[in-house]
Amino acid sequence: MRKLVFGVSAFAGLLLACTAHAQEITVGFVTSLSGPASSIGINYEKGMNAAYAYKDEVSGVKIKLIKLDDGSDPSQATKNARKLVEQDKVDVMIGTSSAPGTNAMMTIANELKVPFFAVSPVNVPIPADGHPWGVSMVQTPQLMVKVIADRMQRDGVKSVGFIGFSDSWGDLVYNGAKAAEANGGPKVLTNERYARTDTSVTAQALKVVAAKPEGFLNGGSATQAALPLLELRKLGFKGPFFGTPSLLNRDFVRIGGKAADGTQVSAGPVVVTSQLPNDHFAKKIGTAFHESFKKVNGGEADDGFSGYAFDGWVVFLEAAKVALTKAKPGTQEFRQALMDAIYANKNVAGTHAIYNFTPKSYFGVDERSLVVVKLADGKWVYQP
Amino acid sequence: MNAQIAAILAIDGIASGAIYVLIAIGFVLIFAVTRIIFVPFGDITAFTALTLASLENKQMPGTVGMVAVLAVMATLMEVFSLWRKGALGKIPAALFFYLALPLIPAAIAWATAGTLLPTPLRLLLTVAVILPIAPLLNRIVYQPIADATVLLLLIVSVALHFAMSGLGLLFFGPEGVRTQSLVDFTTFIAGTPVSGQAMLILGSAIFFSFLLYLFFNFTLYGKALHATAINRTGARLMGIRPQQACTIAFLLGSVLAAVSGILIAPVNTIFYDSGFLIGLKSFVGAIIGGMVSFPVTAIGSMFVGILEGFAAFLSSPFKDVIVFSILIPVLLWRSYTLVHAEEEDEE
Repeated sequence: MRKLVFGVSAFAGLLLACTAHAQEITVGFVTSLSGPASSIGINYEKGMNAAYAYKDEVSGVKIKLIKLDDGSDPSQATKNARKLVEQDKVDVMIGTSSAPGTNAMMTIANELKVPFFAVSPVNVPIPADGHPWGVSMVQTPQLMVKVIADRMQRDGVKSVGFIGFSDSWGDLVYNGAKAAEANGGPKVLTNERYARTDTSVTAQALKVVAAKPEGFLNGGSATQAALPLLELRKLGFKGPFFGTPSLLNRDFVRIGGKAADGTQVSAGPVVVTSQLPNDHFAKKIGTAFHESFKKVNGGEADDGFSGYAFDGWVVFLEAAKVALTKAKPGTQEFRQALMDAIYANKNVAGTHAIYNFTPKSYFGVDERSLVVVKLADGKWVYQP
Repeated sequence: MNAQIAAILAIDGIASGAIYVLIAIGFVLIFAVTRIIFVPFGDITAFTALTLASLENKQMPGTVGMVAVLAVMATLMEVFSLWRKGALGKIPAALFFYLALPLIPAAIAWATAGTLLPTPLRLLLTVAVILPIAPLLNRIVYQPIADATVLLLLIVSVALHFAMSGLGLLFFGPEGVRTQSLVDFTTFIAGTPVSGQAMLILGSAIFFSFLLYLFFNFTLYGKALHATAINRTGARLMGIRPQQACTIAFLLGSVLAAVSGILIAPVNTIFYDSGFLIGLKSFVGAIIGGMVSFPVTAIGSMFVGILEGFAAFLSSPFKDVIVFSILIPVLLWRSYTLVHAEEEDEE
């Protein structure tokens, strides 16, 4: 009798465990913790840690998080995505730190029909059936340039010089500025380029100075974006500097020093959460993010990247609330319900933006996702 | 373009040209003696800048680990080959030259990490830490294939460059560095601003070229190197050890790489992979000199620097295209005008 009772209770326990397992949402997260993209990838991981600490259940259902490193390698990102879907049967994927790796994961998501939150820009075609299986949390480069171009226009800057990287990033910023010019924005007087490993930009800077622009738009990124600024100030250029979020980098501030002071860039509101007015959409959620981040990682979130991972989580939580009423986690119906909910939910506020996704595009943010900040004494200051 | 802009461009070009001169002379020097086109030369320049920056930031430079690993590998190889030859008596000397000597500056850098040394000491320590890298690489990579063809040596060099830049990422990380200026003044020559750093770079290029000239013409080692460069077999018959000549050539090359690294560090942000392009442009200068002539190499490298400056002004996206495409007329001209010696036959 005793044995029987034991057997039955063990069986019941097992059943319970099984149902509990089925009642769990599984999320797969991929980022670069090693390799060249890891300087960004580690920020994403910290953001994810903060997000998981912020909320690890939705409507009473536990969320299980699986984290994988892709070593900055797109083919490893692909393998990770396949493993997550086919072996771990995840309901949702989030990733990764490099654009090629993210594109690879988006392709897998479309193929295997698993909702995917990209934390980097995505540049793959929308599937032929018109139903993409992912969204990207980031602002588009066009938007980044447009916001700063609008600011130049507002401040009465009539013309700008441009020096940018001789790669696709330089092209994106230049084309963005040209598009703004066509809409009555400041005239772009020069299109000078340099490479990250160049030893001098004196010639390019001279050309900018000779064109006598009122301001200067920086099409570089990270540390080496400081080079044209240093050179221009050395040649006696007095105008204001403008840039994109790719300058929000500790090493840019360190190397740019005095020359970079006063530089204005467009940036996700997450980098200046504490300075935002109380009625700003990102104030409440951003504060929650920063608190959670500090608790888990023990430092301030002074990068823009960790916020993308957190926003992916927030949009996922909102969608999961709806999807849980329609289907059980672990099934394809749940994935479908989740994707439908991502598109159906409107005005989801995150630390970076108010998200409104549609199947027409991977991106779902508008101009509210960028504020203008100014570098003053080594700190980025919100400029309403 | 007015005269003022042309003058500024020329000065900028001369400053980068002077850097290229130092590196190109190193290329020619190493090639003449060893027949190796030492592609990782530029990487060593970049590593120097990164080392100096680490010392400035009171951190232990990544070079220390790199030198330690290379020294241990070279020592193991040397001891093993001596043991195979049965020349056990030479092992203590090998241990001294391949293990102790390279590790002394590395150990100093390791011990003084966290304290800021005075500038001259810091520069000296940087050079001392960097110096052993090229000779150790020579022992590990090139010595076992010293008699191979120039093409094989070149292919190995290219492979070595990729290995080195990977190691650079491992030891120094992906961020760029920029060091404090060595000199901080600007003078005006005929109304054109000339920075002290540019003058320092040019001065160093002239000074080290002159030192090399003295070395080759007035010292026994220099003459031995010269002899090896002209005819290896003949030099060997005269009692010159080619291995020793190789090591000296690599050491001298390292000095040039280290000096150019120190000079370029305050001018520009240097990344672990910045060296390759600098090396490649210097290589164009070395080609202009036909990989044999030091004076023509110097003039060629200066020309590359100035051309680069003006090309960047006229059309910055095509700057590198313009610089590298001068290789085509140069090579055509060289192959028409020069009676080029065939590669040494196997005796």
